[in-house]
Amino acid sequence: MSVSPRPPPPRSPGFLPRPGSRIPYGFAPCPSQIFEYNGSAVVAMVGKNCFAIASDRRLGVQLQTIATDFQRVFKIHDKLYIGLSGLATDAQTLYQRLVFRHKLYQLREERDMKPETFASLVSALLYEKRFGPYFCQPVIAGLGDDDVPFICTMDFIGAKELAKDFVVSGTASESLYGACESMYKPNMEPDELFETISQALSSSVDRDCLSGWGGYVLIVTPTEVREHVIKTRMD
Amino acid sequence: MTGSMDLPAKGGFDFDLCRRNNMLEKNGLKLPGFLKTGTTIVGLVFQDGVVLGADTRATEGPIVADKNCEKIHFMAPNIYCCGAGTAADTEAVTDMVSSQLQLHRYATGRESRVITALTLLKSHLFRYQGHVSAALVLGGVDCTGPHLHTVYPHGSTDTLPFATMGSGSLAAMSVFESRFKEGLTREEGIELVSDAIRAGIFNDLGSGSNVDVCVITKGKTEYLRNHQLPNPRTYASSKGFSFTKGQTEVLSTKIIPLKQKVEVAEGGDAMEE
Repeated sequence: MSVSPRPPPPRSPGFLPRPGSRIPYGFAPCPSQIFEYNGSAVVAMVGKNCFAIASDRRLGVQLQTIATDFQRVFKIHDKLYIGLSGLATDAQTLYQRLVFRHKLYQLREERDMKPETFASLVSALLYEKRFGPYFCQPVIAGLGDDDVPFICTMDFIGAKELAKDFVVSGTASESLYGACESMYKPNMEPDELFETISQALSSSVDRDCLSGWGGYVLIVTPTEVREHVIKTRMD
Repeated sequence: MTGSMDLPAKGGFDFDLCRRNNMLEKNGLKLPGFLKTGTTIVGLVFQDGVVLGADTRATEGPIVADKNCEKIHFMAPNIYCCGAGTAADTEAVTDMVSSQLQLHRYATGRESRVITALTLLKSHLFRYQGHVSAALVLGGVDCTGPHLHTVYPHGSTDTLPFATMGSGSLAAMSVFESRFKEGLTREEGIELVSDAIRAGIFNDLGSGSNVDVCVITKGKTEYLRNHQLPNPRTYASSKGFSFTKGQTEVLSTKIIPLKQKVEVAEGGDAMEE
């Protein structure tokens, strides 16, 4: 008597394969890892009186790519940016809430929020949802007083991690840690910083199936902001 | 549907997303790992006060997320607290109790007592029945003398002459049990705490990097951040990577000059009525 096959994993509601579509063999249709549902890679690095923040551009639903121009790095004000990795819907919701809070702050205080203050705000918003969290890991990068660069990241319940060199988050974070650890040098000028962060991002997303499909790099100095779209492997 | 306006929070936890997350869990979601401080934290009482010590590694599963994080948190000028467990929980709970102590100092006009911090911490942690996963070593010197306590995630506390917590606690406790005695001097206390933390750093995989020490005596607190650095980064070559300009393939560039915000100076002639 043959051994009966394992029953198929339960299907999540709303996932109905269209006739003729091919589902990868053995891949459960329900999200087993919520952070790997959309795929993402975000990295920020500190340079000399400047900072760089970069992300990949893929939006996927597990193994299927939906978009190759998805925005993960958002502007809060001229000198403060936040990159949100993890579940894309939570990233967008969290961004909208943060922009709302920052606009209120601007109306009340008549000035922009400092990066350290903003990091505390994000941490508080995430910790408030400690037992029913947003599934995003933010990367915050900004120029503070006297244009001193500030970067920090948090886990999805708001544990702040300040760093003086680089911070990473997303599905490609393990590769990013390795790439940044070896490629980073302190006090880089904006041009060199751009090359370094782009190379670190491209090499890391090359080793991650769920992120990639182009890169978006932002270099912010006290006088200008440079946005670049870089080419990576499109697979 | 509840009002869509984002009212300022009344404080405490917000359980809005719990229903959605429970639905995801029923569909097979495994909740991801938090940033933990798989840690070695220690404290001991010496003749003039209390010495606290901690390592500086923060882990996210098997990966080191932060090589030099701060685990000795400020509670009051005369009270410090080391935290192990979920990093967000230790930071949030120590910040919250620190604010409460400050308000209490304003209300009473007196220096905070260690037992006050202890009661605030244990009652908060007990209320959440261990779900706020913070294991703390609380130490300080107040008008009644030096005190050292440990607080467990479910809210139980111990009052001890020497204490260790975290994943490296056994390694550190072995050092304490063999060499601790009453009435240590300041130098002996710092030496013993550093040795205990180093035992945790080298023998426990969840602890690593550097040794932070905090010495609290009557009227004076010294926070020796990175007191010892037994794991320097010696392998990196001084040349490093050097990428030539133009090595990365760029598809499009946009340069936005930032407007300098103009400050309007007050003053000048007063207007004629």
